[in-house]
Amino acid sequence: MPPVIELQHVRIAFEDHEVLRSIDLSVMSGEILTIMGGSGSGKSVLLRLMAGLIKPDAGEIRIEGTDIVPLNEDGMLSFRQRLGVVFQQAALFDSMSVADNIAYPVREHAMLDDEATQQRVAELLDIVGLPGIQEKFPAELSGGMRKRVGIARALSMRPAIVLYDEPTSGLDPSNSKMISQLIMQVAKTFGTTSIVVSHDLYWSLRISTRVALIYDGKIIAIGTPAAIQSSPVPEVQAFLAGDLH
Amino acid sequence: MRAVFFYLGDVSRKMIYYLGDLGLLLWDVLRQAFVPPWPVGPTIEEMDGVGVKSIFITALSALFIGMVMTLQTGYAMARFGAKAYIGPAVALSVLRELGPVVTALLVGGRVGSGMTAELGAMKVTEQIDALRAIGSNYVKKLIVPKVAAITLVLPLLTIIADATGIFGGMVIAVLQFDIDPILFLNSIIYQITFYDILSGIAKTFFFGFLIGLIGCHNGLSVSRGTEEIGQFTTATVVAAAISVLIADFFLTKLFLMF
Repeated sequence: MPPVIELQHVRIAFEDHEVLRSIDLSVMSGEILTIMGGSGSGKSVLLRLMAGLIKPDAGEIRIEGTDIVPLNEDGMLSFRQRLGVVFQQAALFDSMSVADNIAYPVREHAMLDDEATQQRVAELLDIVGLPGIQEKFPAELSGGMRKRVGIARALSMRPAIVLYDEPTSGLDPSNSKMISQLIMQVAKTFGTTSIVVSHDLYWSLRISTRVALIYDGKIIAIGTPAAIQSSPVPEVQAFLAGDLH
Repeated sequence: MRAVFFYLGDVSRKMIYYLGDLGLLLWDVLRQAFVPPWPVGPTIEEMDGVGVKSIFITALSALFIGMVMTLQTGYAMARFGAKAYIGPAVALSVLRELGPVVTALLVGGRVGSGMTAELGAMKVTEQIDALRAIGSNYVKKLIVPKVAAITLVLPLLTIIADATGIFGGMVIAVLQFDIDPILFLNSIIYQITFYDILSGIAKTFFFGFLIGLIGCHNGLSVSRGTEEIGQFTTATVVAAAISVLIADFFLTKLFLMF
């Protein structure tokens, strides 16, 4: 089976700083791949590249077989309906209610009638464990609730791939657990391919099918959580011990 | 000397980048503005925010500008026994120049900086990226309604400013110079042409478009957090004011050719 997402020789620099040097990565259908690394290692940049929000300086990014690098904003539209992105701070539209936030992609692309749209909003809020908060506004929600609404919005178009940017950052242990379990539940229920950028070692090793570790602009290790934990690479062991920055 | 040249070179380079970016946004805005579906609802909402909420400051400022203009013009004209021309002189200044420019400077400062702050905050909180990730065209959804709203509303606010400015002038003409209000208005109607009114209002379409474009461009340029929002908001007020004044010179020159 061909990979759902494939990166080949991807390189990107900001001004004089080369963030990613030569990234090669394949993500298979249905897996949960967690990308880990220290602060400023380029994890979120890698996620934004996969979402097509920024362009690499070199290399190819194939989504379901098509290289998205040469595509302009209009060309990206059809791919973006197949991708759901959960942003680090949830990025909810603060002028809209929770229901309107979740319904936004549906109204934009799916052409469902109002009743079906509201039904989908209610279903998604049930899935993320927040029934009945349709009329609330983002400012009225806690950090964990905002992230869960962000996940509901990302799932509203039933995407094949969901990209999560630091889904547990800034959350207390109980909310981190809830979000991590939700990522697993979503992957299982909808059969989505999930790519998670995280520095939460504890939950990443528990929910992931594979883990990739970025250091110095390159992926230095990739494999199952067990393989990563027993990796002989000194930087991997340093990262697991909390000594790699 | 070398340092001066380096400084000038750096400023020129930044200016060229800025104008290039502005040109790209202009192209995007025009492209999205003329391709259906048109964002009519969001544009009307923006017009409400831009227009209705600016009526009071526009009218109040224009009222006092008209009053001051009449005081100054009145004293000068009274020396030559030309009090009968106070009305046309004030009306001409207000209609052709002061009404459009002062309205653009006031509304530009208020609305342009507001656009920068709103878009800057959306940029910092990744809401613009979220729109892109959803597959929604943020230029059509966010920028076109804002630019269209101020382009359409500024001429309407200028009409209000023109009317209140002339009214303020009339009040001072009556109270300070004992001019009959009917005489004041008749002298204006007799001397002022429709073209005088139109040339002033026509300029404001350009001013509005410039203010909208600069306000939105600066908002989208925010990238390094909330501190930059303040910097770009200030930059918008300065850039919008300078652009309006420069555009005013060229547009006045252009309209005087006809």
